[in-house]
This record gives sequence, structure tokens and C-alpha cells, in this order.
Amino acid sequence: MSEALKFHFTVDGEDFTSAGKASVQVKKNLRQLGLPPEIIRRVSIAMYEGEINMVIHAGGGEADVAVTEDCVEIFLHDSGPGIKDIDRAMQEGYSTASDSIRSLGFGAGMGLPNMKRYTDYMDIKSTVGKGTDITMKVML
Amino acid sequence: MKICTIRDLLDAKVICCEDGLSRHVYSACGSDMMSDVLAYVKDQAVLLTGLVNLQVVRTAEMMDMNCIVFVRSKMPTAEMVELARDCGIVMLATDKRMYEACGLLYSNGLVGNKVKSV
Repeated sequence: MSEALKFHFTVDGEDFTSAGKASVQVKKNLRQLGLPPEIIRRVSIAMYEGEINMVIHAGGGEADVAVTEDCVEIFLHDSGPGIKDIDRAMQEGYSTASDSIRSLGFGAGMGLPNMKRYTDYMDIKSTVGKGTDITMKVML
Repeated sequence: MKICTIRDLLDAKVICCEDGLSRHVYSACGSDMMSDVLAYVKDQAVLLTGLVNLQVVRTAEMMDMNCIVFVRSKMPTAEMVELARDCGIVMLATDKRMYEACGLLYSNGLVGNKVKSV
């Protein structure tokens, strides 16, 4: 593979039930490429948590996935409210999600920690009032 | 543990993918919070939950889980069943509550799994 294979998705922020569709598609695409199941699972879970976060907190966003020779890179971009305190947001159990989101099974304060748990590299750039960019890499 | 054994231990109804009942699961996770489930790494596992929405099936799919047990008499929606069929995930439903359902599976040899620290 000399050039990166790239996939682009728009994450709809209006519809909680459709959240995860992009991750399901990424999983299918990576399977078709014949990547190891463990790598596929880690990428899909990290992206799924990111997608859910974009729907819950940011009204949707954009997701780009690139498969290169040595890694799978996930780039998530949203124009939501941004993250005030990234260190706190990285703590397991800390969440700003509403009770209505919790009743849907999310907002346990595990989203960002899970994204870190399943990836080899994670970088968050966030500006309050402007949005958040997250880059994650899973090494092959 | 075979999925059919889980059905018998929990006196559960089979909702879909009956042809998967002879498959094995090696660990289990019981939660209504999907991110807690996602913190836990293991394939060929069973998810026990009282939560009913599409994200339950997507979570199981992301984790490569092959069985979902709905506790407390909860029943999945038609849309959830359709998605589970597409993914080949066996769905069971039991009247037992989460604590009892997990206890029965654990005491019969189906143990949990450690969560990898961040």
C-alpha cells in the first residue's frame, strides 16, 4: 500500500439512533482490507465513542479515516461547544452529559478514556465556543 | 459456555439467530451503560443489559460480541432485532433481574474479564 486509503463520513448530530453508522462502515471497510480483527475492533470502538460524543455534545461533525502502511488514523472534527477542561474530561467517570443521554446508555464519562485506551496515539485540540479536533492512531 | 446453556440457565426466550445457540462465549459483561461495556475488551462475549435502544446492538457489534441477553423482561424493538440478525448476534430475553442473571452465569463458570487501564 503506497498511498493512504481514505474514507470520509459526515456524522448527523440530529439523530441519536443513527449514531455509529460511520463506525459500522469503517469496520466493514477495514475487514475488506483484511486487517487483523484486533486492530479492526480497536479502531471501530475508538471511532464509535468519538461518533457518539459528536452526536451527544457537538451536534454532529466530520470523520476521516486513513489507512497507511503503518497505521490507521482517525481524525474527528466538530464545531460544537468545545471541551473546557481536557484533563478532567479524560478522567474516567467525569461527564457533562445530561440525564436524558445517560438514560440512553451513554454519558458515563468513559468516552474519551475509551478512545485513549484503544488507540496508540491520541491528541485533542479544543477551543471553547469553536469546536474540537481529535486525532487518533492505531499502529499496524 | 454455549449460548444454549445460557438460555437454559436464565430460562430465556430466543428472539433471533437461533442457529447461533451452539456457539461458545468465554466471558460476560452486565451493564446498562454502553461505554462501560466498551471499556471491556474481549471477543466472543455475552452482553447482559436492561437497556433497549439501537446502540445496544451497535455496541455488541463493535465488540464482536455474539449474544445479547435482555434482563428484567425487557424486549428489543423490531429495528434492533433486524440489526442483530444482520450481524448474526443471538438475542435472548429473560424475566430475571441483572443481579440474578449475572450471578447464575458466573456461578456456573462464565467469568468476567479485566478492564485494561488507560
